Amino acid sequence: MNRSRYFRRRAVNYLLLSLSVCATVFGLGWLLLILGALVRDGVAGITPALFSQMTPPPGSNGGLANAIVGSLLMSALAVLVGTPIGIFAGTYLAEYGRHGWTAFVVRFVNDILLSAPSIIVGLFIYEILVLQMGHFSGWAGAAALAAIVIPVVVRTTENMLLLIPNSLREAAAALGTPRSLVIRTVTWRAARAGIVTGVLLAVARISGETAPLLFTALNNQFWSTNLNAPVASLPVVIFQFAMSPYDDWHRLAWAGALLITFAVLALSIFARTLETRRS
Amino acid sequence: MADIAVTDTSLARTRITSLRRFGRSDARFRALTFLAALLVVAIFIGIMVALLRGAWPALSAFGWGFLTSTTWNPVTEKFGALPAIYGTLITSALAMIVAVPVGIGIAIFLTELCPRPLKRPIGIAIELLAGIPSIIYGIWGLFIFAPWFQQNLQPWLIDRLAGVPVLQDLFAGPPYGIGIFTAALILSIMVLPFITAVTRDVFETVPSALKESAYSLGCTKWEVLWHVILPFARTGIVGGAMLALGRALGETMAVTFVIGNATRIDSSLFAPGTTISAAIANEFTEAVGPLYTSSLIALGLILFVITFIVLAAAQLQLYILERRAGGRA
Repeated sequence: MNRSRYFRRRAVNYLLLSLSVCATVFGLGWLLLILGALVRDGVAGITPALFSQMTPPPGSNGGLANAIVGSLLMSALAVLVGTPIGIFAGTYLAEYGRHGWTAFVVRFVNDILLSAPSIIVGLFIYEILVLQMGHFSGWAGAAALAAIVIPVVVRTTENMLLLIPNSLREAAAALGTPRSLVIRTVTWRAARAGIVTGVLLAVARISGETAPLLFTALNNQFWSTNLNAPVASLPVVIFQFAMSPYDDWHRLAWAGALLITFAVLALSIFARTLETRRS
Repeated sequence: MADIAVTDTSLARTRITSLRRFGRSDARFRALTFLAALLVVAIFIGIMVALLRGAWPALSAFGWGFLTSTTWNPVTEKFGALPAIYGTLITSALAMIVAVPVGIGIAIFLTELCPRPLKRPIGIAIELLAGIPSIIYGIWGLFIFAPWFQQNLQPWLIDRLAGVPVLQDLFAGPPYGIGIFTAALILSIMVLPFITAVTRDVFETVPSALKESAYSLGCTKWEVLWHVILPFARTGIVGGAMLALGRALGETMAVTFVIGNATRIDSSLFAPGTTISAAIANEFTEAVGPLYTSSLIALGLILFVITFIVLAAAQLQLYILERRAGGRA
């Protein structure tokens, strides 16, 4: 009947849907470009020396051993402190607070902290720890990372606990189990895989964080596990080396970047498979 | 209804003590979780107080002029926040112009077009973009993208647009490679997954009866999307976009690498500039004198206030969405 109109509608349909395909190709393209560049420029730097030698002065050979250890140390500490706090707070939101106004406020604030700029967290820790102690330190770096871990763990813990059917809690309560025991032995256990996923995602998040470490842990050219002194970390070393004009520093920066990216991506993929196996 | 008489008194006593013990441990556990929840609020208030205290010397020295002054001179100790605020807002706004349509496009592809076996891998790949640490975007932008852009695309764009009103001012100047435009482009890639994730989730909540009735009237796929799915999903998309905007505003490392760190306002998008977070990251450890440090913390305070407003608005949108979904279920 109205052939040209049909034709136009179909043309618009194809045009706009193919634009959405283009959008996807655009998105995936960047991912491939970035990962490709990382592998191309970083793979040459992955040598045993990378893991065994200290960060060198410009012009000589070296590795990133002190930075790797510093990163691991501070991340481990941050997760050790942040995880229990996050799990407890998430438990309060899901089990005790739920509809109360305290829970509403906590939830709101937590979601703000979850997306708040991480450099602000760095400034905060600088003000309350570095200024008071009088010097930069690994403790301050770990504290800044812990402040980033907490909101991530709170959010996933609450979400996972809310997925547990109430009938489980009621069944346990009907047996006479006190509330805290219901939570510890029934709901936590049922939500374990989900909570672990949250912690893994938090680890992935902090292992690449640079901004909050810049003026808390600062940097250290030498081997140091003394958390009361400045500690080197992988992201900060990458930042310093990449911004420098020296070629051998650039090479190390690329190797470190490759290391971090694949560690983080492997972690998040692992966390995701854990999540899907459960559901 | 029969009451079981506890004849053995020692048994009764153990029962009472164990009940009391349970009661106590219950209360302790609850208090512990409550304290942890309070700690989250305490961190938030602590950030506010610490930033206000740290920013006070600068704010009292410069007053409201701090917000509008364009000077940033460590030598004469005159500081103004306008160039950094401008850089933060313009890079984020540009990033959103690219990321919102592309993010929605990817969500459309994933929910409506993608063959089922490819759905999960492509979805995960897009989410991985959010997992790549921001410093990696920075180093890639500085060493790979910026030189390529400077040699290939940028001179061509500047040549072509010379003589076109408005555009010739926006895309002018020597091709540096780095600058506001490059920073915005990299930001847009970083926030893409946030928009896609939220959009995809709300697309999947559209009742199929609505879609099917539109199809039965003879609508094309695009018409169903435009007239049925998008209006339904609007609140969620706005919420997701604001969440992404909040991220873009505060993004530090990627921007620090590619923005060029020039404290000035230039009409050209190819010119180097600065953002609040880049200024803090670059200058904080080198800042000498209390007024310099304090001015940088004052910048941090401004950033915190801006992101707070944006993120709170995003929360509100998503909260409305959740209530609507809850009301319907």
